[in-house]
Order: sequence, then structure tokens, then C-alpha cells
Amino acid sequence: MRYFGDVAALARKDLRLELRARDTLPAMLLFVLSTLVVFHFALPTGADEVAAQGLLWVALVFTALLGLARAWAPERDGGALEGLVLAPSDRSAIWLGKSAAVFVFLGLIELVALPAFALFFSPLQAEGVAGALLANVGICAVGTLLAAMAAASRTRELILPLLFLPLAIPLVVGGVGASVSTEPGRYLLFLGLYDAVFAILCWASFEYVVSE
Amino acid sequence: MIHGRSVEKRYGSRRALRPLDLDLARGGFLVVTGANGSGKTTLLRLVVGLAAPSGGSLEVHAERGVLGYLGHEPLLYRDLTALENLDLYGRLYRVPQRRERIGMLLERYGLWDVRAERVAAYSRGMTQRLALCRALLHEPELLVLDEPFTALDAEGAALLDRQLTELAGAATVLVTTHDPERVEQLATARVALA
Repeated sequence: MRYFGDVAALARKDLRLELRARDTLPAMLLFVLSTLVVFHFALPTGADEVAAQGLLWVALVFTALLGLARAWAPERDGGALEGLVLAPSDRSAIWLGKSAAVFVFLGLIELVALPAFALFFSPLQAEGVAGALLANVGICAVGTLLAAMAAASRTRELILPLLFLPLAIPLVVGGVGASVSTEPGRYLLFLGLYDAVFAILCWASFEYVVSE
Repeated sequence: MIHGRSVEKRYGSRRALRPLDLDLARGGFLVVTGANGSGKTTLLRLVVGLAAPSGGSLEVHAERGVLGYLGHEPLLYRDLTALENLDLYGRLYRVPQRRERIGMLLERYGLWDVRAERVAAYSRGMTQRLALCRALLHEPELLVLDEPFTALDAEGAALLDRQLTELAGAATVLVTTHDPERVEQLATARVALA
């Protein structure tokens, strides 16, 4: 129980920091909305709905990338990550707390982005929403770990997309598949499996990311 | 509590710490001096486990939970208040009677009146005082301080003098400083890095 108490304290800290500084959420929101507007005008009238669903996922993945790039900024500034690493709590709690906070940010963004998508293109079905939720878990699990790895580098802005985007491809495949396929269950299962495997891998490997 | 034999640290071809033997008994007070770039900070980072030695052996008989570290960076969140920072660390360190302990430290270090202000609004000296509160919050058995008097005014330095005097003998202390005279009376061991 102490472990989850630590996770909750760390996630709460990130939410509080964002509420106070408002660094990340407004930028993510503006980005996803402008991207959807651009796609709306870029896609010819009468274009295939499948193409629109694909573009939604492009917008979501790049919006997530924007948030992930800022995820460890508060820890970099002032060396707070070292303070957390020295604390006696399990180091994976740092990753889980950060992932939980990023999940909340992404969920809030999608609360606006999905209705906006429905307005510009077509409403997302329940399977598509479920796909987005499951993909969020994978994005947060993998992205938070990779962002922590990239944060240690001077070229973090370059490294993060290079590390994250290849690993996000299965999430896009699953998300688009759940939205447009006649058998969305298969894709949702695939996303669930991806989440489980990568969440365990990231949970177990975070210790090595923050240790020399 | 700390035993090191030929401990050294390299970053690529650059040597950050020359091979060094180090012994510090429980309750000891070790003062480390040396010129800029001699490896004082590197040594402390090795002791607390933030870096791994490139050669030699280093044993530190202290769990993370009983280790207090004050580094060059304050290890604080600049957009959180002093109270929020200490509360977070207090939770992670499972400090008993957390609120009372935080209140006592903030009072002692003259930060009680600014406890609800963001650290970003603090002066460097106030940030250093708060970083000291963070390092002392869980009453560590091994206290590792990297140039703790940096940025402190006369009052802050006097507070730290008193704190170190109280801790001498009760806790194991490792301090790097450019002003060894200041802690000379407390020192039980000295290392001068070349």
C-alpha cells in the first residue's frame, strides 16, 4: 500500500505543478486543435472516413509527444529527480506516478480533441474511444520511460521522437484498427496486450534508467 | 560506515576523482577539501550512490532512507512551495509526525513566514536553507553535505554551525568545504583532494 501511496503523492505533485505553471496542457490543447483544423482543410471534401480516423491518430500521437517532451522538465530544473532517486521508495514509483499524471493530461486533451474531431469529421464510436483509452496507457507507459532516458541527454528534443515514434506504431495500428475495423475486439485485445507487456517492461527497467 | 579503497571516477578519458582511500566510522565527521575540479562533488555523489566508481571499491553501510544529501542543486521543485516540497519528501521518507517536523525545520531555518511561497521566488540563500531542511527532514544517520555554506548569509551560516554541532557524534557527517576552519573543531577526519 505504501508503494501506491508514493505513486499517488508523486502523481499529485505533477498535477499540482501543471495546474500552477500551466506549461504543458494549454500547449497540447492548442496543438491538437490546430492540427485537427489543418487536417480538416487538408483533407478533400468527400474523403474516406478511414483517412480521417488515421489523421486523428497522427494528431493524438504528436500531441502526446509534445506532453512527453515536457514531462520531466520539473525534475530537470533544480535536480529534483536526484532527490526522488535518493528517497527510500521503490524507484519504479517515480515512473508510475509520472505515467499516471501524463495519462490524466492526455485524457483531458482527448476530452476536447475527440468532440472536436466529431465536429470536423465524424463522431468516434465507442470502440474508437476504448481504443484511445487503451492506447493512452501504452503511450504513457512507454513515453514516460523514454522521456526519462531522453531527459538525461542534451539533445533530448531530438532523441525522444526518434525513440518514441517507432514504439508508438503498434498503438496507432491498434487505435485505427479499433476505430475502423469490423472486428474492433481483436485490435482492442492487441492494445491491451501491448499495454501489459510494455507496462511491465517499463516498470522493471526504470530503475536502470535513473541509475548510473 | 564508509570504506573506500582506491576509489576513482572517470568520465570517458577525463579523470574526475583520483584513486582515494577513505574510512569513516559511524558518528565520525569527515571534512573534504580540495581545489575546484579536484573531485569533491564526485566523491559525494559516489558515496550517496548517484554515481558508480570506475575503479576501486566503495562500501557505504547506510540504506537510502537514512541518508541525507545536500548537493550543488537544491533537489527541490521550483514551482512548489516550501511546504509542498517538504511534504512530498516527508511522505517518500515516511517521516513520523511529518507536519510537526516540517514546521520545526522551517521555523528553525527562518522560512516559516514564506512557507507558502514558491521556491522559484526564493533567493539563493533561502533556497539553500530549504535544501538543508530537505536533507535534514528524515533525521539522517549519514549526512552528506556539498559546500553547505554556499549562498548562506551570516545568520544562515550560524544556524548551520549550530546544526552541525548538534549532529556531530550523533550522526555520521561528510562535508566538503572551501572553508575548513569553519568545521575544524567538529572534524574527526580530513581528506584533502589533489
